[in-house]
Amino acid sequence: MILAFDWTQLAQQTVIGLSSGGLWALLALALVLIYRSTGVINFAQGEMAMFSTFIAWSLIHHGLSYWEAFFLTLAISFVGGVALERVVIRPVERAPVLTVVIVTLGLFFLVDGAARWFWSSETRSLPNAFSTRPITVAGVAFSIQDLGNIAVSLGVVALLFALFQFTKLGLALRAAAVNPEESRLLGIRVSWMLALGWGLAAAMGAVSGMLTAPALASFDQNLMQPVLLYAFAGAVLGGISSPFGAVVGTLLLGVFVNLIGTYVDWIGTDLRLPAAFAVILGVLLVRPAGLFGRASVRRV
Amino acid sequence: MAEPLLALEGVEARYGPVKALHGVSLTVGEGEIVAVLGANGAGKTTTLRAISGTVRRSGAIRFAGKSIAGRPPEAVARLGIAHVPEGRGTLSELSVGENLRLGAYSRRDRAAIREDEERILADFPWLEERRNQRAGTLSGGEQQMLALARALMLRPRLVLLDEPSLGLAPRVVADIFRIVGELNEREGMTVLVVEQNAILALEAASRAYVLEVGRVALEGGSEMLRRNESVRKSYLGY
Amino acid sequence: MRRALGIGAWVLAVAAGLGLFLLLPHLVSDFHSRDLARAGVFFIAIVGLNLLTGYTGQISLGHGALMAIGGYTTAALVVHEHWRDVWTIPLAGLAAGIVGFIIGIPALRLSGLYLALVTFGFAVSMPSLLKKFSGLTGGTQGLRFLESAPLQVTGLTGKVTIFGHTMTQNHFLYYLTWSIGIVGFALAWLIVRGRLGRVFRSVRDSEIAAVSSGVNLAATKTFAFALSGVYAGVAGALLAIQDEIVNPLSFTFLLSILVLVGAVVGGLGSLPGLVLGAFFVQYLPSISTHVSSRAGVPDFVYGAAIILVMILLPTGAGGLLRRVARPLTTWLYTRP
Repeated sequence: MILAFDWTQLAQQTVIGLSSGGLWALLALALVLIYRSTGVINFAQGEMAMFSTFIAWSLIHHGLSYWEAFFLTLAISFVGGVALERVVIRPVERAPVLTVVIVTLGLFFLVDGAARWFWSSETRSLPNAFSTRPITVAGVAFSIQDLGNIAVSLGVVALLFALFQFTKLGLALRAAAVNPEESRLLGIRVSWMLALGWGLAAAMGAVSGMLTAPALASFDQNLMQPVLLYAFAGAVLGGISSPFGAVVGTLLLGVFVNLIGTYVDWIGTDLRLPAAFAVILGVLLVRPAGLFGRASVRRV
Repeated sequence: MAEPLLALEGVEARYGPVKALHGVSLTVGEGEIVAVLGANGAGKTTTLRAISGTVRRSGAIRFAGKSIAGRPPEAVARLGIAHVPEGRGTLSELSVGENLRLGAYSRRDRAAIREDEERILADFPWLEERRNQRAGTLSGGEQQMLALARALMLRPRLVLLDEPSLGLAPRVVADIFRIVGELNEREGMTVLVVEQNAILALEAASRAYVLEVGRVALEGGSEMLRRNESVRKSYLGY
Repeated sequence: MRRALGIGAWVLAVAAGLGLFLLLPHLVSDFHSRDLARAGVFFIAIVGLNLLTGYTGQISLGHGALMAIGGYTTAALVVHEHWRDVWTIPLAGLAAGIVGFIIGIPALRLSGLYLALVTFGFAVSMPSLLKKFSGLTGGTQGLRFLESAPLQVTGLTGKVTIFGHTMTQNHFLYYLTWSIGIVGFALAWLIVRGRLGRVFRSVRDSEIAAVSSGVNLAATKTFAFALSGVYAGVAGALLAIQDEIVNPLSFTFLLSILVLVGAVVGGLGSLPGLVLGAFFVQYLPSISTHVSSRAGVPDFVYGAAIILVMILLPTGAGGLLRRVARPLTTWLYTRP
């Protein structure tokens, strides 16, 4: 049953969709970053983000303000990501891709288990990053929190873009990701570039987690599992080879999932996920490399 | 005579269980152009890889008096050895300008880098026009010149050129060798070039080594090799 | 002479394996037979996945969902139509095979990561879909066999009589599962050794080369999906028979992961290590719980074990077995 048309609601739900989509997009970007340099989807990315969120919670619990904890957690997550790459991924750098996939799956269990071990499974909450007051724009009420999330997501994406396009380090990261052998001949320490990529990805995941948690009344160790699903789906929808595509794809997915859940009763909240995947399948059949991905021509 | 810039002695190399070099010894003096000739599979490319550290190797490799036999490729590049690999090694997803900039990645002297960039763009003016073009869209010959220009951005003490003529039209290849010759005369650029096209290589180089099945079978001045009967028959075609 | 020795060694190995299979339940406790039966379920699913991923190189993160199809087919037939559970197995395999075939169709257009996502989506959506179509599937509660208990071969009494032998329920489940497992393994072995196996591998190694050699790419790829689906369906059916209940929680994405882990740890693209893969996936969680049952620690240990195994054995147990056996096989098959 499609409800009678209400532009206000459409605008509001779109913004809500962009807000959650934006947070998913940060994780999607993290996935793309690692995918481009290592060739695998890091299935543990969500759990790493969740772990970071718990670290933030503990810091706040010990007296830091939200934003103090936020930035400190960013730094800790970055270091953690680098460390994980060095310890867990480096040994399998030259192994077949599926082996590395299984390692990330193992990492999923490891990080998830660690989070359940160090923190009990009782629910807890993070203070709000932004005020929860509504704000009226052009007569429509939006939540400052949603707008704030969108702003932070876009800001992080912009920062990352600047890093990659305008700095020497970013150039080296890009080169190492696409042509590791040639890059070594140019003096780039490709192995460390990979570690750096993991650090950045972990930091982005941390941002995602630390903004996702306050939006919920409470959170536990399952926090980021749905986010990983949507991030993976959005990244592939947009085109896993294109960071721009991944972000746009995930934003679109966020809006789509929210709108279809709102407007199509039969789907409601239970079937949002299958509906999303069905649509993505449809898109991929028409554009196998995703919306913005570059298809490698290989007609057989 | 001063110690050669590059000296290999008894170098062996392997790809997994397969041994490709069985004890190669050669030297390259500063300011020379030296060629490595041989049939397919003789180990020419592997020799260059052994120098730059991109293959498992053992034996003595000395560059500018220091041993580099155990160093990884990143370190070798930082010492001033520019390896232009087979197939150009163009970073095709990046732009021409970015490729060039990466050539100077391991250098820290920013002012000098900019100077070099200007000089190189003067030598290859068309690069300036194509600065923002994706490097993968260049033709083979253009990519080869880009690779050379990129190598020069390192201000290298030694350039390792792997099969520069591969897949290129004769006129383009002639151009490339001409540029290499000019740079060698004008700036004293030291080059070790691996080539299947023995005629071109012997014209450009002053000395050459002929590899066969992972060993040095013959060595000497270009003139002498050109007149050598077996070289003529096997590699020069007459 | 060497050939005779080679064949002799083979026959001995097969005989030893069969002997072990027949005797094992009598050597371990009744309860452990149940665990072994469970490992057998994983084994069948893993053999099927290996045919798909190890031999044709197509990734599937959705085999748990295909098991769900098989399990629910069995459960639906037993509970709604009052079939005998054992006879539902072929149908369960067929149903899952058909679904596998359907999934194979998008696989024609997609590869690698994109295929992984589609199968991933299928696996993740399965619980929601199962809950939604509750008329058939019993929704969140699922379907319980006990409602039609008197008709079951396994029966309530705990003892089963088959071919004149009486044995405990757990022993029966073990023999049922592993006999099917052995048949499935033998079938896979024959396929892999034969022309179809070569066709599969050609698709994995180079699609372009395969097509230029006349391989019908579409038919091969979808057939591989369908075939591995049949294995998964049979495994799912056996799971349902063992548990005597199915519900959405039995077939989450976790199951798909476990089958994949088992296949890779066992050794993709080879058959010998897969039994080890099945045991790894079945027993590691309980071993991890033994280390400590504090919340989170079992998962931590489990994850660490998976990572360690992959670092030490990147090509899985099968790869290790091959490396260890290489001197022997070289000696056996080289002319003096």
